[in-house]
Amino acid sequence: MTSSFIHPSVLLIAGALLLPFVRGPLRKPYLFLVPLLALCVVVLNTSLAGSFGVVSFLDWQLVLGRVDKLSTVFALIMALMAVIGTLYGLHVDRAGEHMAAWFYAAGSLGAIYSGDYLSLFLFWEMMAFASVFLVWFRRGPQSLRVGYRYLLIHTIGGIILLAGILLRYQAVGNITFDLLDVAHPELYTWLIMIGFGLNAAMVPLHSWLPEAYSEASFNGAVFLCAFTTKTAVYTLARSCAGMDVLVVLGVIMALYGVIYAVMENDIRKLLAWSIVSQVGYMVAGIGIGTDMAINGAVAHAVVHILYKSLLFMGTGSVLYMTGKTKFTELGGLYAKMPATFFFTLIGCLSISAAPFFAAYASKSMIITAGFEQHLNWASWLLMFGATGTFMYNGLKLPYFLFFGANHCSKATWAKAGDPSWNMLIAMTLGATLCILVGTAPGFLYALLPYAVDYNPHTAYHLLETLQLLGFAALAFFLLKRYVEPVDRICLDIDWLYRQAGCGFLWLIKHPLQWCDTAWGEAYRAVGLSSLMTLSRFWSWFDWHAIDGVVDGLARSVRALGGKVRILQSGQIQITLYYAFSLAAALLVTFIFYQLL
Amino acid sequence: MTTLIEYLQTHLKIVITLCFVVLSVIAGSSLLIDTHHAHTWVEQHVPFFWSLFGFAAAAVIIGVARWFGRSGIQAPMDFYDRSHSTPCEEEE
Repeated sequence: MTSSFIHPSVLLIAGALLLPFVRGPLRKPYLFLVPLLALCVVVLNTSLAGSFGVVSFLDWQLVLGRVDKLSTVFALIMALMAVIGTLYGLHVDRAGEHMAAWFYAAGSLGAIYSGDYLSLFLFWEMMAFASVFLVWFRRGPQSLRVGYRYLLIHTIGGIILLAGILLRYQAVGNITFDLLDVAHPELYTWLIMIGFGLNAAMVPLHSWLPEAYSEASFNGAVFLCAFTTKTAVYTLARSCAGMDVLVVLGVIMALYGVIYAVMENDIRKLLAWSIVSQVGYMVAGIGIGTDMAINGAVAHAVVHILYKSLLFMGTGSVLYMTGKTKFTELGGLYAKMPATFFFTLIGCLSISAAPFFAAYASKSMIITAGFEQHLNWASWLLMFGATGTFMYNGLKLPYFLFFGANHCSKATWAKAGDPSWNMLIAMTLGATLCILVGTAPGFLYALLPYAVDYNPHTAYHLLETLQLLGFAALAFFLLKRYVEPVDRICLDIDWLYRQAGCGFLWLIKHPLQWCDTAWGEAYRAVGLSSLMTLSRFWSWFDWHAIDGVVDGLARSVRALGGKVRILQSGQIQITLYYAFSLAAALLVTFIFYQLL
Repeated sequence: MTTLIEYLQTHLKIVITLCFVVLSVIAGSSLLIDTHHAHTWVEQHVPFFWSLFGFAAAAVIIGVARWFGRSGIQAPMDFYDRSHSTPCEEEE
C-alpha cells in the first residue's frame, strides 16, 4: 500500500487467518477488536482522496484503493456492519463461521475500494465463495442444497461479469472501473450490468436471495443482508448511473418483492423479499441518474443496511431462541421476548419510512428525484410499493409474530425469551443508528457523493407519510384475514430454474442416455462382431501365412533335426556304420562319375 | 412494556376509538397544509389524497397477493420434494 492508505480487507483477512489460533478467553475480545480495527482504518481513509495501492500486474495497473465520496460512504457502512454483525454472533464458537463472515466483509470492502475490473472481480468472487459458508453453517436439512444453488447462480453471474469485462477490455483497451457509456450501450455494457444486477437480485435473477438468506445461520443472515446486494448497488452506481432500463427493473423489483412478502409465511424469507423490494428503490434511483437520485440510492443503501440488519437480528433472535421461523409456528411472542419485539419494531418503522425513522430520510429522495425528472409513473409505483412495504414489514411482521394468534407449541413457548447480552447490544446499536439517521440525517447527507439540497422534515412530507401509513394500517386491520399466513411455499422464478435443471437431467437421462446405449449396442452388434471376424481372419493368416513361412522353416529344421538326432545314438559301431556307408556311397558315386 | 401492551389489550375499544380519532385528525390536517410544493396536480387538488392512496394501495396489494397466491403460486410445502423425487423413482 502506498501513502497512508491501509486496506481494511487486509486486516480482516489476516484476522480471519489467525482466528483459529486465538482461543479461550482471548477469543471474544479478538472477535470484537479485528472488525473494530477495520472500521477505524476505514474512518482514517476518509481523509484521503485519490488512487492508492496501485500495483503493476502484467500489462495492467491494479488500483486496490480508490478513495472518493462514493467508495467512502459504502466502505464506512460495510465496516460498521462487520462490527455489528460480529458483535451479534460473538458467542458463536465456530471459528469457521466468523472467518467466512470476515472474508465476506473483506471481499465487499475490496470490491468497493477497487479502481479496476480485475481486482474488483477477484474480490467479487471472494464474496460469493465466502458467503456460501454462512448458508452451509446453518446445517439444516436444506442448507447444503441451497448453498450449492446459491454458489451455482453466483458462479454464472461471475462468468457473465467476466465476459463483459473481457469484451470491454478488447474494445476499450483498459480495465479501469468507471462509468460506462450507458447512452450507447454495447454488449459488454449489458453483460457487466447483468453481472452486477444478479448480485443486486434484479428480477428475474433474484430467486437465489430469498432462498439463501432464509436458510442462512441466525448470524450469517445479518452479514448476508448487508453485503452482497449493497456492494452490487455500489458497483451499479459507479458504472451504470443513468441507464434507463434500471428504472424499469427497479420498479419491477420494488413491486415484485412486495407481493411475495405479503404472501410469505417464513419471517426471514419475508425480510429477504423485502430486500428485493428495497434494492429496487436503489436500482431505480441509479437508473434515474440525477445527483439527487444517486444520493437517494446511496442514502437508502446505507439506511437499508442499518434497518435490515436490525430486522434480521430480531428475527434471528427468534430463530436462535425458538428454532422456528414460520408465522404458523409462532405468534404472541411480545410477552416472552419484549426487548426483541422493541428492537424489531424500530426496524419495522425504519423500513416503513415512518417519520423520524431511518428510511424517512432516504426513500423520499429517490421518489422526489423521479418526479423532478418527470418519471411520474415510476414515482407513483414506488409510492405504491412503499405502502406495501409498510403493510408487510410494518404491520404483518410484528403483528403475526409478536401478537395475533399464538401458534407456538409448548416446547417453542418454553424456549422463547430474549437472547444473550451481545445480541441485545448489537440490536441496541442498530436501533439507535436507525433513529439517529431518521431524526438527524445531516451526518448521512454529508457523506453522500453529491451536495444535498433536500430536507425530509417538512410539514407536507410528514402529513403525506402519516396519511399513507395511517390509512394503509386501517386497510390492513380491516382486511387482515386475507393476509393471514398459511403454511405453504410461494413458487417463484426459481421454479423455472428447477424445471430447466430437471429438463437438463431428463435430457441426459433419456435422449442422450438412449443415444449412448444405442451407439453401444450398434458398436457391439456391428463394430465388435466385424472386428472379431477380421481378427479371426488375421489370426488365421498370421498362423498359416506369416508364421507358415517363418515357423515353417523352423519346423523343417526341427523335423530335420529330429531325423538327424537318431544318427547321434552315442554307439560307436552305429556311427562307424553310417560313416563308412556314407564314404562307400561317395566312393561309388565318384567312380561312376569318372567312368562316365 | 409488556404491562402496557396488556393494559391496552384489555382496553381495546378505547384504543380503536383513539386510533380513529388520530386518523381523522391526520386526514383533517391534510386539508390545512400548504400543498403548492407537491409534485403533481392530484396531490394539490384532491382532498385527503394520500389517505385515499394509502387505503386503496393497501387494499389492492392485499387483493393482488391473495389472487396471486390462490392462482397456484402458493403450493404445498413438499411441492419440490415431490417433483424432484420423480426422476429418482423412475431410475429405481
